[in-house]
Amino acid sequence: MSILAYNGGAVVAMKGQDCVAIATDKRFGIQAQTVSTNFPKVFQMGPTLYVGLPGLATDTQTVFQRLKFRMNLYELKENRMMRPKTFSAMLSNLLYERRFGPYFIEPVIAGLDPYDNQPYVCNMDLIGCPNEPEDFVVSGTCSEQLYGMCEALWEPNLKPDELFETISQALVNAADRDAISGWGAVVYIIEKDKITEKHVKTRMD
Amino acid sequence: MSNINLQCLLGIQCNDFVMIAADQSNSHSIMIMKDDEEKIYKISDRLVMGVIGDSGDTNQFAEYIAKNIQLYKMRNGYELGPSAAASFTRRNLAEYLRSSTPYFVNVLMGGYDKENGPELYFMDYLASSVKVPFAAHGYGGYLSLSIMDRYHKKDATETEAYDILKKCVQEVHKRLFVSLPNFQVTVVNRDGIKVLPTINSASLQ
Repeated sequence: MSILAYNGGAVVAMKGQDCVAIATDKRFGIQAQTVSTNFPKVFQMGPTLYVGLPGLATDTQTVFQRLKFRMNLYELKENRMMRPKTFSAMLSNLLYERRFGPYFIEPVIAGLDPYDNQPYVCNMDLIGCPNEPEDFVVSGTCSEQLYGMCEALWEPNLKPDELFETISQALVNAADRDAISGWGAVVYIIEKDKITEKHVKTRMD
Repeated sequence: MSNINLQCLLGIQCNDFVMIAADQSNSHSIMIMKDDEEKIYKISDRLVMGVIGDSGDTNQFAEYIAKNIQLYKMRNGYELGPSAAASFTRRNLAEYLRSSTPYFVNVLMGGYDKENGPELYFMDYLASSVKVPFAAHGYGGYLSLSIMDRYHKKDATETEAYDILKKCVQEVHKRLFVSLPNFQVTVVNRDGIKVLPTINSASLQ
């Protein structure tokens, strides 16, 4: 079995009209055994910037700590906020430094640009090859199911409440078809001057 | 061949205390060398660590962590709380994981501090750390987790928690093909660390 699927988990992010959303499941397991149902894989990195790090849980934690460190250093040096695109480049660089002994995570980034409020989503592979599409990004052990759900449900220019419904249904229904994702979910809707965090109940089997 | 899953660690956290139980067998291949080994290490006044894994690694790692946490207290004049100690332990384990000499140990860390009360941290040899209300390591976990899921409650007394651990050990004795005759039990509460009577077939009568 792949080391990327050792702990399980899924993250998805979507663009809307002047808003973005990012959602994650809450499971932490060791192969088939569920150890915790409250394990965050999505982290707030700025007022309107979030990153999801599904994959091997130890690397989720290590990479988050190293990212936080580099970001704090950048913001102290530059005395301004980091743009989502810059953040992606920084994460990509961090991952590629370990090209031949990688961190086993496949990150998802979602945010609004703090300067022009443009929605931004991005994902990358475990060595930091970025992908910045116009619609949605998926990652984790049920990425195939997530692609199916997102492809069916997503449409352009969704309002924040429509975006919440779309991303929640996409994540919940994808994770329910995966034995090692799910056990609850968290959805963040990111708007200018407003973040909504919603905890979604899902099937617990 | 590794025997990390043949050993067993159990932990329960309630409102007023955290309780850790560890089997006391030391086996090499098919031979049991010892059945009174201490696998629960005292780190500080209100912090204990249950460690299972390769013999040698367990002792070395536990003492390295314990002494460094004591050193921190001497240098800074204040102690690391349970969450800080778990974070420190995780980082060390994670750094050793990608070195040429990784520690092959699974850990449960239980501690008490005034601000956050009792806390239990589950940590595997890959250095994923997660805060949990109850947890188990090893094959014994397959039998014990469902028992702890059924009987665990936040406001349990120490006697009730000890009885839950007894139920787990009973099940391990009945259903696990490995012989784990003795389980040492340690509890941490606001008054400090207390060693409870060993659970074995005699005490289960």
